[in-house]
Amino acid sequence: MTDENTQIRDAIKAAIDENRVILFMKGTPEQPRCGFSARTVGALQALGAPFAAVDILPHPAIREQLSALSNWPTIPQLFVDGEFVGGCDIVTEMYESGELAALVGVEQPAEAPVAAEPAQAPPLQIQDPPR
Amino acid sequence: MPTAEDIKRRIEDAIPQAAANVEDLTGGGDHFRATVVSPAFAGRSRIEQHRMVYDVFGDDVGGPIHALSIKTQTA
Repeated sequence: MTDENTQIRDAIKAAIDENRVILFMKGTPEQPRCGFSARTVGALQALGAPFAAVDILPHPAIREQLSALSNWPTIPQLFVDGEFVGGCDIVTEMYESGELAALVGVEQPAEAPVAAEPAQAPPLQIQDPPR
Repeated sequence: MPTAEDIKRRIEDAIPQAAANVEDLTGGGDHFRATVVSPAFAGRSRIEQHRMVYDVFGDDVGGPIHALSIKTQTA
């Protein structure tokens, strides 16, 4: 592994450690660039759970190193408490069953998903969840 | 460009006693949804079950297969 890739992998690990709920996605929560990322953001926003978001599109190496770390080939990827949770399909299933609400520690909304106010996430940057 | 039938066959050839139902979501041969039923999933976490399906395709997922949406069931 090159030094640059080692650095990227370390930065990804640090981001996962430092953010209780973190989503690696294509685009940003405000402007998802893929339907699967959009759906995953929608589930998290419907829960009203604060989450950090990282756009993997600007640098192919981010995606390569993330997939090497998680042993998961596709984007998006959600991590909670440092653990890989899954991609769009698993997150959607867990949202619908209430498991996701339990995992992130919020109440399951009674109604169908309602888009919450999007969090501010500039592209290319790892964003801290609101305190 | 793989067809839904190709994806189905590869899954059923690779995972023991698997029955797969595969849709080409866009008709473009790069976005698929697979529902896979196999007793081989029993006792495995959802992440492990989905990995078993992704592993059938190796680097093709994220390459020629842009997206593979997965639903797994044991029976």
